[in-house]
Amino acid sequence: MAKQQPAESWSNGKSVFRHGDVPFRIGTVVLASCVVALVLAMGVIMFVSSGEARTAFGWDVLFGQDWNPVATDMAQPAFGAWPAVRGTLLSSLVAIVIAAPLALGIGIFLAELCPPKLSTPLSFLVELLAAIPSVIYGVWGVFVFVPFFNQVFSTPVSDALGDYIPWLAGPVATGRGVMVTGIVMSIMILPTIASLTRDVLRLVPNTQREAMLAIGATRWETIWLAVVPYSRAGIIGAVMLGLGRALGETMAATLLIGNSQRISPSLFAPATTAASLVANELTNSVSTLHESALITVAFALFGITLVLNLGARLLIWYVDRGMAGGRS
Amino acid sequence: MSSMTISQLAPFYGARQAVKAVDMQIATQEITAIIGPSGCGKSTVLRCLNRMHETILGASAKGTVLLNDEDIYGSNVDATLIRRRVGMVFQQPVAFRTRNIYENVAAGLRIQGMSRKAELDQAVEEALQSAVLWDEVKDVLSKPGTALSGGQQQRLAIARALAIKPDVLLLDEPCSALDPIATANIEELLVQLKTTLTIVIVTHSMQQAARISDQTAVFMVDTTSGNPIGELVEKSSTSNVFTKPSDPRTESYISGRVG
Amino acid sequence: MNTPKNYRWRKFVDQVMRGSTVFATGCAVIPLIAIIGYVLTLGASALSVQFFTDVYQPPNMAQAAADGSTPAFDPNDPFAGIGVPTDGTAPADGTAPVADVYAGGPVGGVLHGIIGTLIITGMGLLFALPIGIFAGIYLSEYRNERYATIVRFCCDVLSGSPSIVAGVVIYILVVIRSHEFSAIAGSLALMILMIPIVTRTTEEMLKLVPESMREAARGLGAPTWYSTFTVIIPAALPGIVTGVMLAFARGAGETAPLILTVLGSNVISTNLFAPMASLPLLAYRYTESPYPGENTLAWGAAFVLMMLVLVMNILVRVATRRRAGASR
Repeated sequence: MAKQQPAESWSNGKSVFRHGDVPFRIGTVVLASCVVALVLAMGVIMFVSSGEARTAFGWDVLFGQDWNPVATDMAQPAFGAWPAVRGTLLSSLVAIVIAAPLALGIGIFLAELCPPKLSTPLSFLVELLAAIPSVIYGVWGVFVFVPFFNQVFSTPVSDALGDYIPWLAGPVATGRGVMVTGIVMSIMILPTIASLTRDVLRLVPNTQREAMLAIGATRWETIWLAVVPYSRAGIIGAVMLGLGRALGETMAATLLIGNSQRISPSLFAPATTAASLVANELTNSVSTLHESALITVAFALFGITLVLNLGARLLIWYVDRGMAGGRS
Repeated sequence: MSSMTISQLAPFYGARQAVKAVDMQIATQEITAIIGPSGCGKSTVLRCLNRMHETILGASAKGTVLLNDEDIYGSNVDATLIRRRVGMVFQQPVAFRTRNIYENVAAGLRIQGMSRKAELDQAVEEALQSAVLWDEVKDVLSKPGTALSGGQQQRLAIARALAIKPDVLLLDEPCSALDPIATANIEELLVQLKTTLTIVIVTHSMQQAARISDQTAVFMVDTTSGNPIGELVEKSSTSNVFTKPSDPRTESYISGRVG
Repeated sequence: MNTPKNYRWRKFVDQVMRGSTVFATGCAVIPLIAIIGYVLTLGASALSVQFFTDVYQPPNMAQAAADGSTPAFDPNDPFAGIGVPTDGTAPADGTAPVADVYAGGPVGGVLHGIIGTLIITGMGLLFALPIGIFAGIYLSEYRNERYATIVRFCCDVLSGSPSIVAGVVIYILVVIRSHEFSAIAGSLALMILMIPIVTRTTEEMLKLVPESMREAARGLGAPTWYSTFTVIIPAALPGIVTGVMLAFARGAGETAPLILTVLGSNVISTNLFAPMASLPLLAYRYTESPYPGENTLAWGAAFVLMMLVLVMNILVRVATRRRAGASR
């Protein structure tokens, strides 16, 4: 009897319970809309605040060669963030070139080859790698990895090949530079790509594997010719998300890249990235134009990562939907 | 073309034995049907015949299966080579999603190292001809395999299996996902193929077994020990099994009292 | 048995490629162990009672405190000590050499950073919780609506966009307007970064609640809001709490947005409207510091952050495993 009582009062049209659904819906929708509003507001705020620099320089804010915030007798202030944009692209390129194949290997190992008892702890370790704050990678990079890498790789390689290959040229000096930054960033984005890759590989229906095995394929041929092609859109999406993380990475870059506006062809030379430029200069900006130029750089970062996210989500969604279609 | 001799074959899932040890002879140029209620282990036994069973996590098998005179469970035998000679078609029609019709059929050939275009073209056409799919797809070979209907996809799967010229073809309930017309097409195709192939088909349809097979093996579930376990109760010519079954369990099964 | 002509080659490729996925996994695990190992060993050596109870001490003050002498020069006077060698050599004017400030071990502590991180991150979480949880409820309970896809995508944009962008937006919105770096600005920036984590975990955890529970409540005639608050949320609460813990761990480790919003401080401050210290900022600044003693403090700060991340992740792991076990 006791159980029936609430049922009666709920079905009673006058009850507050019945009318609670409308405010509940409104409440959740409004707070969920805060998320949407936040994204829009971030875009609008940066767009407006970057107006001064955009009207003054146009695309040159991103592609101009000179970054010169302080007016001198010799020169007007100039805001061309190409050194930073170039540094961002180069270090992210290094990171993705190293991380993408490794992450694909890890994803394949975790999803296809790893004994199940090992899979859970390994997945946990890989996800732990993603949870470590980026400043810790920076600290480790500065004190441990840079000296190590400098000694075993940068110096010998630039001594041996620097005269012939400009992008391996010395002097290596402190060891901070594009390549070291890219390598540390590759460690940082590995888990992002690897765990997403593992997830999309696990979505591949077993029938695809069996059909490949049944025509006499080896385990690797099954993976490489059936499983990976089936989920390639999702894997590309995972790599794009990793790339997005690398492009926007601030702390490791700030600490490791050397923060130099000089453009050098060598990957061992110091450079700067868009994110570290903003982190280093925004709080010390000397004029509203300087401030506005830095905000433009941040806005561009936001825009690029947004596009990468949109693309990646579409690709992963495409794989997901493909799976659903395949089951029916 | 090869015969198969199964002796004391016992498939396991982990430590649990799925089917009591099986002894069975599979002759060439015949269709052997395996029938029985669900859970009797008929698919499991079939998957042991080309070592697909062990691809399931924790699964293993004991006993011997002779392909001609060679034990496919021998210590130095590579499963991939066995699967190349003993083809398999599954319950769900499978087309490789990122490959077109041509490449679906050529997949096995490419793995085996065939790469000359003329050679491939000819082998693909032959395989599609034998699967009676050529006329339907010869103009759309570059369309994705998944664009075909269910019945066509199943024949595509058969063509893929035939392309690498196996000695034996195993089919695991190939028609259970298909409509009656597609089923009739496949049955007709299998009867044509048996002149050049050894065919083993698992089916849940007794009518299908009666229509196309020469030999029939009947599997049942034994629940007497509390742990359900499959067992082979009768293996004989199809006409014998359906007209004068020797085992009472077979009789009650085919007359519809069990399963 | 007649073996096909390319059989040996295929077997070789199979072995090599399977081996290479193991190698790739090793490539992810080795830096993880290296980073955790270095932070735990070097960081632990920086720990002392003083590390947790003291605040910033200028290096030369500490040297003076160590040998009982008066400080070489007033640490609060920016012009004091100019031209005086700080490496222990004798000055040119013949006065007595100043103690070598680069020599001493770590001095002072990071209590101000610990307090600051707790305040800033805690406040940020407080801001993020209502939006995150209600947006999560919306995404779970109205999951098939088209608007839910938009909200979900905006969540992905927030979690995918570089953390520095959150800092830039709050810098524009709060710091420039109020002409003051402040703890509250940092909390707002962290809020932006924590919202997507809280939202997505809430959504995932609510989705894990079996549909049968919803149906049972509906069968009794309970309206959606009532069953959500009395049945579904309590069932998912442990999961939501773990999501909140992860958000806290992630927020506590964020550095880049804090550079632009709270700036940092050398003393204990609890004023929300003034600059404040924080652990990751200390790790960052002490890494860049020329004083080895402060470098050691950076390792110590990294250690504390790492422990926070490790403990939170392991707790979450244990909690979710028990849940997964219970639901089976």
